[in-house]
Amino acid sequence: MRESVGIIATINKKKYEIEVAPNTTLLDVLRDQLGLTGTKRGCEIGECGACTVLIDGQAVNSCLVLAAQIDGHEIVTIEGLADGNTLHPLQESFLDHDAVHCGFCTPGMLMSAKALVDGDIDPSEEEIRIAISGNLCRCSGYQQIVDAVKEIPKK
Amino acid sequence: MTKHIPHESAELHVSGEALYVDDISASPDLLVGRVVYSPHARARIISFDLTEAKQVPGVAAILSARDIPGHNQMGPVVKDEPCLASEEVTFVGQAIFLIAAETDAQCRAAEKKIKISFEPLEPILTLDDAMARNNLLGPPRTMSRGDADSALQKSVHVIEGELRTGAAEHWYLETQSSLSIPGEGEEMMLYSSSQNPSETQALVAEVLGVQKKDVVVEVRRMGGGFGGKETQGNHVACWSALLAHATRRPVKIRLFRDDDMIMTGKRHRFLVRYKVGFDDNGKLEALKVELNSDAGAATDLSFAIMERAMLHCDNAYVVPHMHVVARVWKTNLPSNTAFRGFGGPQAIATMEHIIDRIARTLHRDPAEIRQKNFYGLTNNNVTHYGQRVEENRLHTMFEQLVKSSDYAERRRAIRAFNASNEFFKKGIALTPVKFGISFTTTFLNQAGALVNIYNDGTVLVNHGGTEMGQGLHTKIRQIAARELGVSLDRIRVNATNTSKVPNTSPTAASTGTDVNGMAVRNAIGTLKERIAESISSMFNEEKKSPTTNAVDIRFERDEIFDSKHPARRLAFADAMRMMVMRQVSLSATGYYRTPGIGWDKIKGHGTPFRYFAFGMAVSEVLVDVLTGAVTLLRTDILHDAGDSVNPAIDIGQIEGGYIQGVGWCTTEEIKWDAAGNLMTHSPDTYKIPTSKDIPLDFRVSLLKNATNPNAIHGSKTVAEPPLMLGISTWLAIKDAISAVTDHNVEPEFSLPATNEVVLLSIEKLKCHTATKASPHTIA
Repeated sequence: MRESVGIIATINKKKYEIEVAPNTTLLDVLRDQLGLTGTKRGCEIGECGACTVLIDGQAVNSCLVLAAQIDGHEIVTIEGLADGNTLHPLQESFLDHDAVHCGFCTPGMLMSAKALVDGDIDPSEEEIRIAISGNLCRCSGYQQIVDAVKEIPKK
Repeated sequence: MTKHIPHESAELHVSGEALYVDDISASPDLLVGRVVYSPHARARIISFDLTEAKQVPGVAAILSARDIPGHNQMGPVVKDEPCLASEEVTFVGQAIFLIAAETDAQCRAAEKKIKISFEPLEPILTLDDAMARNNLLGPPRTMSRGDADSALQKSVHVIEGELRTGAAEHWYLETQSSLSIPGEGEEMMLYSSSQNPSETQALVAEVLGVQKKDVVVEVRRMGGGFGGKETQGNHVACWSALLAHATRRPVKIRLFRDDDMIMTGKRHRFLVRYKVGFDDNGKLEALKVELNSDAGAATDLSFAIMERAMLHCDNAYVVPHMHVVARVWKTNLPSNTAFRGFGGPQAIATMEHIIDRIARTLHRDPAEIRQKNFYGLTNNNVTHYGQRVEENRLHTMFEQLVKSSDYAERRRAIRAFNASNEFFKKGIALTPVKFGISFTTTFLNQAGALVNIYNDGTVLVNHGGTEMGQGLHTKIRQIAARELGVSLDRIRVNATNTSKVPNTSPTAASTGTDVNGMAVRNAIGTLKERIAESISSMFNEEKKSPTTNAVDIRFERDEIFDSKHPARRLAFADAMRMMVMRQVSLSATGYYRTPGIGWDKIKGHGTPFRYFAFGMAVSEVLVDVLTGAVTLLRTDILHDAGDSVNPAIDIGQIEGGYIQGVGWCTTEEIKWDAAGNLMTHSPDTYKIPTSKDIPLDFRVSLLKNATNPNAIHGSKTVAEPPLMLGISTWLAIKDAISAVTDHNVEPEFSLPATNEVVLLSIEKLKCHTATKASPHTIA
């Protein structure tokens, strides 16, 4: 097995040239190599959604993606959701609707929601429930999260 | 309603900046810790050899029980839980060795090189087996009122039966985690995901053989707790501390999800047997209950959990003659532990199941039977353990909820739907919860706080409670702001730290805000007295008349002023600067012990609770008769949060608690195989509710005009009680199943009502109907 693979990827609008072990997941590279700890380790088998990030706009579980696969792609993590000091409307809406309890699922939940609202500015409640159904939350009853996505402050 | 105030860390959470144990950036010295656990449910350890494993590159230490410098013990109440197994293993998942290495891969490589031989012994893996072999963990307990036996003999109707309730996994999103950093000398600093930092500190000191003064435990926040980190957060803390002590380097252990599920305890499984007597109107006359719980391999909190179950067998109802006997059984499974509700859910599910059976027996609506048996407002309001049910909200809530949920009309509509649909049946149920608030271990009802005001007018609040997502720190911040008359942005709640507030109780039993809020208020009261004294003197030094008295000094809207002479005033921040110049201490501790409670454990009599929390829910479901699939159509909840400190947080907690209850009642099924291996050890085999499992129509509201005289600022805790509202969903499913025979036959039913349980129950009812319909069939 090769010791490492060189990859070039855009992460949160910044270009990175990094060496990664061929068997390392994107999740581990984000957290351990780049210090982007907002993306959480939940189950590491792609079931809980705590590690959700966007690859070219699509929500994926970063624990199921090998880091080498992101070569040439664009990644957005929770740290890249706000525009500088201006929160993304989804983040504002999560605050307004108390969609945050322990917060551990929040980053992944927000990324799944972003993938949804980027493709459809006015999703139905049912579409929202489906879009976030891969993101487990153990504190809330999901309703506040669904409401937050449904009622994003329109700019 | 109070103005909307989001969770104190919400902005950090939505930006990904909020730090959990696994996110703390430790030095490059950091080692990864791994726990090697037993593959046997019960076995003797014959021998082991670590020589080869220790030679794996990157390995800094491998420890066994022999390497523990202090006591090999981490039992929180009874010392029956070794930190590392030494001679015998008593469950699959029990820790035997600890490895610290530069990387996790090295830890795993080393694990493979460990040589160990066992002599397997026959395990006890089910409650039935434990009961058959009389494997009691401790002596049985009873609680009695009146004479249940003779009352049962006189009752017109007597039914008996048994109910099994399942285990459940906490499934906190953040698994058990701890980071230990050795300091100089004996010092050890821990960052832990623990609901009980003081106990973590005590047990770490015990295994290291040092004193509590040498160990500091800090908890910024947990990614969920739900009781799973009340005692079992201690384990990873002890293990990481042992490795840090041995290597003199920082060590972090974060359990992998599957390991967490395999190694840690769950909600206790119960087997309940009951016999109930009632009259023609469905009035309860007598009840005998036998509670059996599966404690697993060690005591943990099993007796306290059973005690709470005994205290909640009545749920919301007057039972004139009652006899409860409780037995805690030992099995070869991980030691079961606290889980939101703490024995309450199992007992309340039993009582609600009994009421449901009474209603079916009498062909009455269960809601009517419930209302008829509620504790009275002025009489018939004493529980079987002698506590009066004060401030009883049951009747008001019932009236309001029946109306707001349109219960009667929907019941009619469901009857019509079921009459015209063979393959789909609907069901509805209304269930209440009455939940006693306080630790039943009375001394635990105490709290401490340390409030520091700085000379820039900002305030740092320390208290003994821990934040696990329930919004405790947000509420504490609001309480502190209100008491000090300052804006929220002046106040920060510090991470919980054993060096700031010592000897604290766990954040548990739904008491977090009640007791810590009071302690913070008391600390601020002391500070305000000191400040008022100095400021009144200052005003009087400036101008002799009129005189300002300290008692007239007010703290409001970021100002401090003389209420009798309002022109004499100072901005809060200016005043604090002056206080330092005037040599006034701006740091004070606060302490609170819950008054008015007392409980005789031996007699099973007294006032264990400061007050009762009440909630009520109506749930409606649709059941597919051909598959057993269940759709949750609508849930209406009315909950009593007193004068809520933060209504948005409370509603979130109620929705979350209810859904967690729905999970326990429906999809969450824990299974072990015949050798004691957990079969449901990951999220692809263990199903907690997702966003697609919540009611299609979900309505939650708080009871209005419901000041609670017994807690901070008239509020009432929310925390555990709403979990038990999930029982309304469980009984709605039973109602739908029962519609298959037009409610003439009692369905077989257990908890959780998985699709499998539902389908099997329906199939049995169908056989029953078929047999009845064709009397000539030879069975």
